[in-house]
Amino acid sequence: MVHTKSEVSDDEDSPGSRLRIPSIISKISDDEDSPESRLRIPSIIAGIVAASILLSYLVHGIGDGLEFALDFPLNVGPEIERSLDDAIKWFVVTFGWFFDAVSHYVKLVLGKLRDFLIWIPWPIVMGLVFITAWRVATIRIAIMSLIGMVILASVNLWEPTMVTVAIMMVSVFISIVIGIPVGISAARNEKVNTAIRPVLDAMQTMPSFVYLVPGIMLFGLGNVAAILAIVLYSVPPCIRLTNLGIRQVDPSVVEAGKSFGSSQMQLLFKIQIPMAIPTIMAGVNQTVMMALAMATIAAMVGAGGLGIEVLRAMGQLNEGEAIIAGFGIVILAIIIDRISQGYIGTSNN
Amino acid sequence: MDSNESGEEPAYQIKVDNLYKVFGRNPRRALAAEHVHKSRDEIQSELNLVMALRNVSFEVRSGETFVVMGLSGSGKSTLVRCLIRLIEKTSGNIFIDSDDVTEFSANDLREFRRSKIAMVFQQYGLLPHRNVLDNAAYGLEVKGMEKEERYTIARRVLELVGLTGWENSKVRQLSGGMQQRVGLARALAVEAEILLMDEPFSGLDPLIRRQMRKELASLQKELKKTIVFITHDLDEAITVGDRIAIMRDGEIIQLGTPREIIMNPVDDFVREFTEDITPSRVIEVGSIASPPPLTSRISETPDHVLKSMINAGVDYSICLDEEDRFLGMLRRNDLDRSQDIGNAKISDMFSIPSVHLVQSTTVEDAIPIISEVDTDIPVTNDDNRLLGVLTKSAVIQALGRPALAL
Repeated sequence: MVHTKSEVSDDEDSPGSRLRIPSIISKISDDEDSPESRLRIPSIIAGIVAASILLSYLVHGIGDGLEFALDFPLNVGPEIERSLDDAIKWFVVTFGWFFDAVSHYVKLVLGKLRDFLIWIPWPIVMGLVFITAWRVATIRIAIMSLIGMVILASVNLWEPTMVTVAIMMVSVFISIVIGIPVGISAARNEKVNTAIRPVLDAMQTMPSFVYLVPGIMLFGLGNVAAILAIVLYSVPPCIRLTNLGIRQVDPSVVEAGKSFGSSQMQLLFKIQIPMAIPTIMAGVNQTVMMALAMATIAAMVGAGGLGIEVLRAMGQLNEGEAIIAGFGIVILAIIIDRISQGYIGTSNN
Repeated sequence: MDSNESGEEPAYQIKVDNLYKVFGRNPRRALAAEHVHKSRDEIQSELNLVMALRNVSFEVRSGETFVVMGLSGSGKSTLVRCLIRLIEKTSGNIFIDSDDVTEFSANDLREFRRSKIAMVFQQYGLLPHRNVLDNAAYGLEVKGMEKEERYTIARRVLELVGLTGWENSKVRQLSGGMQQRVGLARALAVEAEILLMDEPFSGLDPLIRRQMRKELASLQKELKKTIVFITHDLDEAITVGDRIAIMRDGEIIQLGTPREIIMNPVDDFVREFTEDITPSRVIEVGSIASPPPLTSRISETPDHVLKSMINAGVDYSICLDEEDRFLGMLRRNDLDRSQDIGNAKISDMFSIPSVHLVQSTTVEDAIPIISEVDTDIPVTNDDNRLLGVLTKSAVIQALGRPALAL
């Protein structure tokens, strides 16, 4: 029996994609489970491997005339790089006005927020965080957060922490404003979903440094570049989990909603989004944590806050200071994580 | 969306014509003439398509409870979802009040779902993030009704299903039976003419099931909705249904009243289902009544009646008025023993208590009466006219070998 796999999709008359097992293997599986056929595939593979190794030796041995097999003959890398450089320069120059405007406003908002957070006396901030943690999570977490904040303040890291928090607040806000709607549209529209998946996959496998590049290109060094990097880094989980959350809503409830004549918007806002909130919140939580992780790296492009403390200390070979600043980041991370997990917990009940 | 343009009452409220549903890529391939006689399995292995509904046709009258019955995979759930277009047909027509539902635009479909038809689901389909009142009012909310108005209606239907006092509870605080009642309330709140019920009681335990069936029956007496009821339980089907369609592998293999199905199963498959059902539950006394041995008119004298009895050699006579309506039974023993038979009025001589059975009573329901009375029992039609008498031997035959009884 020759097996071919085809994708069967409900109710679609459009041509789907077909995966065909290579015919050679399907011919092999003609006698399905006989002992001979079970030996066949591994032995054929062994044969192929052995032949490949022999051929490789041969090529190296012959040498002259076969250099092309050892060094790929085509190299258009430099040309492509040059064209990319030119394209980017052109882009930045042409749309410079736009990016300058964005940069201006983001700096404005960030600056005001940062100054505001620093302006509030530390006892009030600590008190607010304590109360929030208590209401939203448990008293234990509230106390723990308080201790953490005291530690941060007592090693002279209060202001840098506030700066980092300000940067994060702006970044996370932007991430959520972009991520949740995109996630919703990916959940409802299969085309968007297929388009977006490889993009998200790529974004999540790229090393974090790479995110700094677009920021610097468009905004130069500074906080705005950092914010762009953070947004790019932290938006994928928000999109992913919003998408997942909406898709995983109990289909029988959605079906019931449809049967009573709900419009698409009514389904979305009365049924799907409310029921997807736990998963969406988990996405937001991840976004926050990734934003924090990126915030420290963003110090390399000139962002303020705890990250720059670590960098500066490392640059000056002040290991002690670097460690303290590093711990400061950890403490901040733990406080934020516990409180937001607590929020997810209470919103589920 | 206009119905009844000709001004004429349609004979049927729901009319399904040659409905096909095929799942898979390019589903219409399965409809080609060459595949007509192939089995469902053959079509699946040859074309990689699932023939979920095959040439399904039936009609449902307004006010009727139409049951679709079958095992898992028979296509019954697919069918009911096609009626409301939660699943789209592959081919065929579905007429509801003369409008072809399958041709509706998205707007028309939405209007249709909001006011003409409502569905109750096997897994309830309630919104877990809302309380009972909001759930019951959901259908009205979707229509844009104001809060106060829809809450008033929702409270009323919740009372109808016996859930007063639970309005502010969260759905998860309710038992399965109660949740299903919320689902039922939600469907009733929109006051749709047609109710679709997809195995509504299948998830409940047997005692609650029986209770829910009874409640549905009493609600139906009041509301007289057109109901399409899906179940896999034949027992439930014959209790609830006016007519039953039995499905297998996507086709209707038998359609009839509960009695027709039990008395004349169309093949072994149906017979296996019906084996466990006692015929006395579906045989009506009207169908096994025999002609009365003697009847008398109210105008006759007791004397005369007694003489007729003696002449005919019978023990009783049934007294009728001029229009053959049942008035009472006269027993020979009573007439014999009477002192003043010459002057008595015939109506004074009726035996007490005066029992009779309406023709549609099932044998099962009649048994308590039969066991109380030692004579034959008069059987009347809905106008109280005499049809015949129910003899004990007829009852015993019906209980034992129903085919002979008929």
